[in-house]
Order: sequence, then C-alpha cells, then structure tokens
Amino acid sequence: MVLETATPVDSDELARAQIARRDRIMRWLIPALAVVASIGAWALYVWAYDIPHYQLPSPARVANQLLVDWQMLGVALWVTLKITAMALGVAVLGGVGLAILFNQSSTAERIFLPYAVILQVTPLIALAPLIFLYVEAPLARVLICAWIVAFFPILSNTTLGLKSTDHNLTDLFQIYRASRWQRLIHLQLPWALPYFLGGLRIAGGLSLVGAIVAEYVVGISGTSSGLAFRILEASYRLNVPRMFAAMILVAVVGVLIYAATSALSWALLHKWHESAIRRER
Amino acid sequence: MSGEGAAVLQMQGVTKVFNGQVMALQAMNLTVNEGDFISLLGPSGCGKSTALRLMAGLMPPTQGRILWPGGQRPGDLGVVFQEPTLMPWATVEKNVWLPLRLRGESFASVKDRVHEALALVGLDGFAAAYPRELSGGMKMRVSIARAMVTRPRLILMDEPFAALDEITRQKLNDDLLAMKAQIGCTVIFVTHSVFESVFLSDRIVVMAARPGRVVQEIAVPAATRDLAFRTSAEYAALTRDVSGALGHAMEAA
Ligand SMILES: Nc1ncnc2c1ncn2[C@@H]1O[C@H](COP(=O)(O)OP(=O)(O)OP(=O)(O)O)[C@@H](O)[C@H]1O
Ligand SMILES: [Mg+2]
Repeated sequence: MVLETATPVDSDELARAQIARRDRIMRWLIPALAVVASIGAWALYVWAYDIPHYQLPSPARVANQLLVDWQMLGVALWVTLKITAMALGVAVLGGVGLAILFNQSSTAERIFLPYAVILQVTPLIALAPLIFLYVEAPLARVLICAWIVAFFPILSNTTLGLKSTDHNLTDLFQIYRASRWQRLIHLQLPWALPYFLGGLRIAGGLSLVGAIVAEYVVGISGTSSGLAFRILEASYRLNVPRMFAAMILVAVVGVLIYAATSALSWALLHKWHESAIRRER
Repeated sequence: MSGEGAAVLQMQGVTKVFNGQVMALQAMNLTVNEGDFISLLGPSGCGKSTALRLMAGLMPPTQGRILWPGGQRPGDLGVVFQEPTLMPWATVEKNVWLPLRLRGESFASVKDRVHEALALVGLDGFAAAYPRELSGGMKMRVSIARAMVTRPRLILMDEPFAALDEITRQKLNDDLLAMKAQIGCTVIFVTHSVFESVFLSDRIVVMAARPGRVVQEIAVPAATRDLAFRTSAEYAALTRDVSGALGHAMEAA
C-alpha cells in the first residue's frame, strides 16, 4: 500500500508512486470508458442505419423510457431485489445447514445427498410447473424456485471446506480433547469460511436467475410483480424500449448482489486469507 | 537434570503396522523419566513420527502397550509439529490461547498467562499480529508458546526446527533449554540432526528404518548446555559416537 503522506525520497520512488497512482485511476477509468464506448457504438449504429425503435431503440430512448416508467419499474426493481435477497438468505441457511448436517452425520449425508444432487441436476424449468401445482402462495413459489438453483453451490463448497481442515490442526484439537462441537465452531467453520464465500458469490447470481425464471413461469401481476413480469408484459405490447429498460435494471440487480457478496467476502477475509490480501512489496 | 525423576511414560514392545503390511515401528521399548530431554534420532521413514503419534494417543499401537505410570495420558500434553500449524484467521495471542480456550477458559481470564508464554519465546510484541505477518521461525515460536501455555508436564516435538536455518535453529535450541528449565517439563524431541540431538538431550534414542526400530540408546552426560559445550572436545566426541551408531544402523538396514 502507498501512504498518501509519504514523501518520495528519490526519483525511483517518485516514479513508482506515479505508476501506482496511475494504476489506481486506470482501474476505474478503463472499464468506464469501455461502457461509454459501447453505448456510443450502439447509439451510432441506431442513428447511422436508421433502425426503427421497435427493433432496437437508441440508448437515449431507453433512458427516457426508464424515467417515464420509473414509478412502475422502480417498484418492480424493489420486488425483484427483495425476492433475490430472500432467496439467497434461504439458500445460505439451507446450504450451510445441510453442509453441517452432512458433515456431522454420514447417515444423513447418505440419505439426503442424492436428493440434493437430483434437485441440482434437474433443470428448474422442468420442475417449476410441478412446484406451482402444489404450492399456492406466489411468494413461496418464487422463493422455492430460487432456492433450488442457489443452494447447491453453497452446500458443496461449504461441505468441501468443512472436510478439508488441516490434519495437524485436527490432531491438535484431538490431543487437547476438544469436543465435536468445539472442533466444529473453532476449527471447521472458520476453515470453511473462504469456501463458503466462494459458493455465496455463485449462489448470488443463481438466486437472481431463479427469481427471474420463476416469475416468467408463474407471472405475478399487479403491484407485487417484479422485473421479469414487466419484461414479459412489455414484450406482449411490443414496447421494446421498456423491455430494454427493465432488462438493464435486472443487470443492475445482478451487479448489486455481486458487489455485496464481494464486499462481504473482503470484510471477512482481508485480514488473514490469501485470496483477499494485497501483498506488501 | 536427567533420569532421576519417576517414570512418566513407558513403551513396552510397541509395534505399529499400517494397512496390515507396512511395519512402521517394531517392538519399541522406551522409558521416559520426569525431567528428561530425550531425542529420537534416525533416518527418514524410521518411524519417529509414528512413535510420537502413538505417545500422543492419536492412534493405537498394533501390538504392545504404552503406560502412564503417573495415571492416564495427561490432557495438557504439549505438542509441536514440524509445521507451525497455526490457525490463520486468529491473531498470535488467540492462537496461543487455544489449549486454554478448549478447556473453557475465557480470554480475559488467561490473558496474562498467554502473554507470559509469548514472552517466553520472545514474541510479546507480536500478540496482535496474524500468522501470515510472521517469519517461519517466529511462527514456530508461536507454536512452541502454544505448547507451553498450559505448563504441561510433557512436551512432544516433531522436528520443530527442521525447516529453519542453522543460526535461528541454534537460537531456538538455546531458548528451548531455557524454557524447559523454567517450566521443568519433560521433552521428547524428534530430529534428523546429530548435532541438535547431542546439544539438547540427556538421552538419544537412535533408530533405523525398514522396519523402524530402536538400535541404541546413548546417554549424553553434560553439566551445561552452552557455547562452551558446543565447542568442547566432549561434544565433538559425542557427535562422532552418535554418527557412528547412526551409520551402523543404516548399514544394517
Ligand atoms: N498413515 C500411514 N499409513 C500408511 N503408512 C504410514 C502412515 N504413516 C506412516 N507410514 C509409514 O510408516 C513409516 C514410518 O513413517 P514415519 O512418518 O513415522 O517416519 P519418520 O521417521 O517420521 O520419517 P521423517 O523423518 O521423514 O518424518 C514410513 O515407511 C511410512 O511410509
Ligand atoms: Mg516424521
């Protein structure tokens, strides 16, 4: 890390400080420029070839639609965000809970793991109609769908983490006569934390996929409808700018969730885990 | 300082066979007395770690018995492995706290003892550091502090200094003897190094491989363990003897 207050002593150090500063600016500037460039190319293409807006609306038109429809789309954004976050929460509880259960009891693992795998390998699209047949409450339907796609990476990553504790540390715990519970709390869970967080990042994206797919299939209308329903609805009305606007908001949700899980990961690991440490040089 | 105390540990004809075919240790006999410093010395694969793991109760012997004349195996056995084996998510002081924590002691109630153990290994300034911020030798010292913090009667060490340079190793050898004198514990020390074993121990158990077994026990009668001893003719003669015994064991194998 470079201290802002450090006074460079020679030209070498000055040059290094400059490179570091430029590197920090570039880290933001390059992706920002790439986004601006691609929006510009999009606008140019629509303008140059005179593309009709019901085929491909210009960026300005999409932005305008976003403002016009903000009342409706803002509510939908909130609904989708809420459902995704809830689904992720349930996936964490289910995934970590099952991982601990499987780790503590091999009998439970033998009984339930096959079902976990079956749920994972069966496409959600195939399962969804069945779920809607048996579950009445709309929110519960969507949550179950999102949970099914999101819990598995958490389960499998956490299971791996709980199993892969250092042998010598495990021996040390045995020598000090630690109870099973103490070993779980003080050794296995901290050891599994980076693995869990890796699974959480994947599950974050998947819970959004689950929430969107479920809404496509079940189609909640009215004030509790999310972004997926608004996209469908706009497509029936051939309101292409609104489809684009809603789609952009879906991407925003995805990015927000990714940023949140990354921030959590950094907060929990940056003091000790290799993946989050920036080496001093 | 050697061999006068009561027996704390006896191995009687202890044999360990892995997977029904690998004879890792054959009929080992050893009596460890209170206050002893005993080295297990031998080539790679001769069963040194196996012997230590058997003593620690991490696995049962295939044949023979391990007796604890003073009662059962102490729960406050101190163990130092070849690697530092620290918890990377915990600071130095929290790592040293571990053995006490597992007994249900809160950190506040044992903080002084933890810092005392860290002072013993010269790391009191690093209590709040994370293991990744320490050098290899410093991590090893944390591991030793953790073994010492319960003030155990018996400490088992498996090549703790094997990965360190000669200078650091000598420093830690000196420190280890000072700590042993201060705590008054018994030490069983596994090593590859003839010099280290002669410098540290009261008794050297020379072992041979395939099958792993004890070939000779050599007593090291030395009044002091310091630079004078390290450079004495007596020390040179002893290392020659031990090297000879080791070479003999290798030839016989
Ligand atoms: N868990 C195990 N399963 C099977 N064989 C084992 C196991 N542990 C050790 N052995 C075998 O037992 C023999 C003795 O191993 P041990 O680790 O005790 O040797 P060592 O003297 O400590 O060697 P080193 O100095 O290299 O650490 C070796 O031949 C090894 O292959
Ligand atoms: Mg070994």
